[in-house]
Amino acid sequence: MQDVREALYVGQRSDGTLTRRPMSPHLQVYRFRLSMFLSIANRAAGVAAAGGSALGLCWINAAAKGPKSFSKVQKVTGNPLGQLLLAGWALALVYHFVAGLRHLAWDSGYRFDKKEINEDGPVAVGVTVGTTLALVAGILGVAICRSRRKAS
Amino acid sequence: MSNPNKPHVTVMRSQLSRARGLGSGQTGVAHWWAERASAVALVPLSGWFVIQVFRLAGASQPEVAKWGARPLNTTLMLSLVILTFYHTQLGLQVIIDDYVHGKAHLPAGLLMKGIVFLLGLFGTVSVLKLALAGSSRGRIAAG
Repeated sequence: MQDVREALYVGQRSDGTLTRRPMSPHLQVYRFRLSMFLSIANRAAGVAAAGGSALGLCWINAAAKGPKSFSKVQKVTGNPLGQLLLAGWALALVYHFVAGLRHLAWDSGYRFDKKEINEDGPVAVGVTVGTTLALVAGILGVAICRSRRKAS
Repeated sequence: MSNPNKPHVTVMRSQLSRARGLGSGQTGVAHWWAERASAVALVPLSGWFVIQVFRLAGASQPEVAKWGARPLNTTLMLSLVILTFYHTQLGLQVIIDDYVHGKAHLPAGLLMKGIVFLLGLFGTVSVLKLALAGSSRGRIAAG
């Protein structure tokens, strides 16, 4: 037996005799490709973006509850650790957005050849990193400027 | 292979699998379209939300409450929250379909739908409270 999973791949023919079901080759068989990482990263980013959105509800809920709750949330958003979490949420959202746009293009029949997909992968990574950095820096900058203006 | 003039039906599934009635439940296309349609709607809504985050970065609670009480912001926030969690539910269902097998599949899907439903409802109520409680308080103060 070459693969431990083979024990789970025993099936029955319609006449009752046992047969070994065909098994698809798994991850260890393939050479690493960017496209395979970007594919699973889109799924992971979707889950992370959903988790972040659930936390984001705390912000809108605190704003609805009143100034006291809102100041608690502001402690989190003002904390470097909280800001790192927000940056991670932004990264997940931006990548899921970019990969989603690629999926919509593929569904419409564009950029779906192997060559084009391999060309677009690094571009998607660049756009994601660039947009995330610009967003995080921009939002943080605006927040700092606004609170300084209030203080003075 | 066979006589091309003879009428025949090409079926990719075995007769046994057809007899068992397992396989496509004919709901996959609707799920796929719902996922795409909600994704397309979320593109402009997300863009709008990013602009609002820039407007509200570093804002105080009264400023956020004032922003949330404007009907246009309430409408778009509600659309964003509802569509985000609808799209989340569609996406997580695909992940459960892929990785959870056997008897655990149905309860896992129902549990996920319950949690995402409650989160979406919580967000909806929060947005509505921000919108309606703020404006009514203003009216009492004015009157």
